[in-house]
Amino acid sequence: MTKIDFMQGNTACAEGALAAGCRFFGGYPITPSTEVAEHMAAKLPKLGGVFIQMEDEIAGIAAVIGASWTGVRAMTATSGPGFSLMMENLGFAVMTETPCVVVNIQRGGPSTGQPTMSAQGDMLQCRFGSHGDYSIIALSPASVQEMYELTVKAFNLADRFRIPVFLMADEIIGHMRERIEIPDTIPAGERKLLEKDTLPYHAGKDLVPGFPQFGKGYGVHVTGLTHDERGYPCTTSPSVHEELVKRLVAKVESARHEIADFRVTNPGAEIIFITYGSPARTVEQLIHDHPDANIGHLRLRMVWPFCENALGEFPDARVFLVPEQNLGQIAREIERHTSVPVVPLPKLGGALHTPAELKAAMEAWR
Amino acid sequence: MRHEVRFSGFGGQGIILSAVILGRAAVMYDGNYAVQTQVYGPEARGGASMSAVIIDDQPILYPKVTNPDIFVIMSQEGFEKYGVQAGEHAVMILDSSLVQSRPQCRCTEIPATREAKQTLGRDIVANIIMLGALVRTTGVVGEVAIEKAILDSVPKGTENLNLKAMKLGFELAEKENVT
Amino acid sequence: MTYTDWLREDRLPHIYCAGCGNGTIINCTLNAVDHMGWKKEDTVFVSGIGCSSRAPGYISTDSLHTTHGRALAFATGIKMANPGLHVVIFTGDGDLAAIGGNHFIHACRRNIDLTVICMNNQIYGMTGGQGSPTTPVGALSTTTPYGSREPTFDLCQLASAAGANFVSRWTSYHVKELTRAIHTGLQIPGFSFIEAAVQCPTNYGRRNKFRQVMDQVEYFKTHAILQQKAERLKAEGKSVPENSIVIGDFIRRDRPAMGVKR
Repeated sequence: MTKIDFMQGNTACAEGALAAGCRFFGGYPITPSTEVAEHMAAKLPKLGGVFIQMEDEIAGIAAVIGASWTGVRAMTATSGPGFSLMMENLGFAVMTETPCVVVNIQRGGPSTGQPTMSAQGDMLQCRFGSHGDYSIIALSPASVQEMYELTVKAFNLADRFRIPVFLMADEIIGHMRERIEIPDTIPAGERKLLEKDTLPYHAGKDLVPGFPQFGKGYGVHVTGLTHDERGYPCTTSPSVHEELVKRLVAKVESARHEIADFRVTNPGAEIIFITYGSPARTVEQLIHDHPDANIGHLRLRMVWPFCENALGEFPDARVFLVPEQNLGQIAREIERHTSVPVVPLPKLGGALHTPAELKAAMEAWR
Repeated sequence: MRHEVRFSGFGGQGIILSAVILGRAAVMYDGNYAVQTQVYGPEARGGASMSAVIIDDQPILYPKVTNPDIFVIMSQEGFEKYGVQAGEHAVMILDSSLVQSRPQCRCTEIPATREAKQTLGRDIVANIIMLGALVRTTGVVGEVAIEKAILDSVPKGTENLNLKAMKLGFELAEKENVT
Repeated sequence: MTYTDWLREDRLPHIYCAGCGNGTIINCTLNAVDHMGWKKEDTVFVSGIGCSSRAPGYISTDSLHTTHGRALAFATGIKMANPGLHVVIFTGDGDLAAIGGNHFIHACRRNIDLTVICMNNQIYGMTGGQGSPTTPVGALSTTTPYGSREPTFDLCQLASAAGANFVSRWTSYHVKELTRAIHTGLQIPGFSFIEAAVQCPTNYGRRNKFRQVMDQVEYFKTHAILQQKAERLKAEGKSVPENSIVIGDFIRRDRPAMGVKR
């Protein structure tokens, strides 16, 4: 039996994390993500978990990575300025293949910007913000229900691929309250442990090595330096570095069609909206209000890795309209993969695109 | 049946809690859908506060209030900022002890803050009086639903006070709407 | 076991320069750890970036070689998530007191059950000898070519003021005392901070009139003054000689601590 509740998005995120077995939260309060931390602070001690408010976001993600090596599911939550501070250690998590979940309730930037207003300006930062080449997974919820479901999913993907997985929400979804159905069972995930007598960074066919959890006698060395399959620093061999970085990227990118997560409405339409996060709600309203207009909608629940095959779901597409609360970050990515015109519909300042605005944008392509 | 309800007053009156309770009543006890949003600002207590609830028997897609049909206004500044543009078909419940202006639309005047102080001895429950008056006036959620949602949401030990406030709101609205 | 049983022998030879003091500190630490009777699988070494921070790579337990300055934040996560693990951190003066200064004082404030061994060589050795927050006034480095003019941190006073349960300072000359101090730190619940002055012949000594390795070790020997003696001199109204290195156990207390195994 599912349980109906009326819940804030940030609370639903925390509840999803707890349901997924998250038992460590390290972070630093920042608007508009703070309710995630507050809910974890209230709930984790009662579940035998650990909540720790660190001295800054750099320390928050560091503590999460440290905790993850003890085998616990661990997460942090933040927003723009804190997200920027985390970048170096997120690269460390990528390089050391540390599973963790990072929630970003996006607000207006750059800098301190609009702390209480919605934005989607960190979509490229989550993909490329740390130095060097790498790949990650980013999910983007469009409802309180998805704040819960996609947080659960983030933990499963983090464990499977041994990477940081980002829940890239926006202030609108994080702060609104709405109806949620809390399922009594959730999809299970597992962090596959390293088999004994296997080199710790030796990966099989799935390109993901087994996890040599601390305290289990593996005696593993974990370093952010370029390392060989033993985990030992090996910083001047071009081939060791190239092989390692290519595997870190390939383990995610080669699975992108299998793990793709998107929703298609009216695949036969010619005018197609592509959304993620709260602008999806405006497009859904538009389609609802104009049932005969044959508007297509591709809603990305997973934004990174970008699954270009999703565009092929609309064989008759004449245009892709991309409303985002930024100046066209994902529109730019879509453009790389299609010869169909891609039109960014940027909106800054914190307000959600209105149905009237999107209708006007659409009419230009009739 | 989409209804858009906008609450406004000053920080500290429980404007946001009122909206949360209303949304909760709709979802948990009427089996409807609701979305509650609010204006988050850096203002400390005392500034104009606004929160909105959309209630529908269908899933709510666009989550922002565009054309509210119900207003609950608890301060003059709140009226000027969020209530003055109420359309002629709207309904406004206003706290007549704090709001001097009157709208063009149908208006139910509830002296909630005065009544809370004088009748119940606690001005903190003025927002619950307003909730009661809102529900009796508009039927936007059921009266059993709002009672349960209030009980879910108020601090332990204050249940009776809050239920009294709610019922007082029912009565004041009844009186006002008859005359 | 002996300390050699804790070494990851297939990682040798190490990267340290001839005459470097870090090996002495690793040796003292492993002796102290060995005396604790800890199991390898229950012990984790953590470090940041710098010469000192390469040490965990040579030790056969689980080890986490993290980002510059952040070792204590990572270690906090490990210890809080699993208080059953013994967590020991190697760090240096730049890693701990410059880029990691904030994490340092907050780890002391939390008094989290970690043991931190700081190899203070007064320089950024790995990157060629830039000035650090402990580079003495007047000393030459590649970024203080006319002599450092910045006042320095006293790391032990910092740790004491911020709330660590155990604070001690020795040098690479005082191997017995240092080993004992580390052993004490490992035993004490809460945050233990042990500073070890070490010679860096390549990037500090060479520029600062310690032409031979032993010149700087000899300096440690002749300039070290026990805390008790320094206190006595002060009490007698005499001054502690300039350039003294005050050594000893400065703090040993029982403030409430975090991350202690129950």
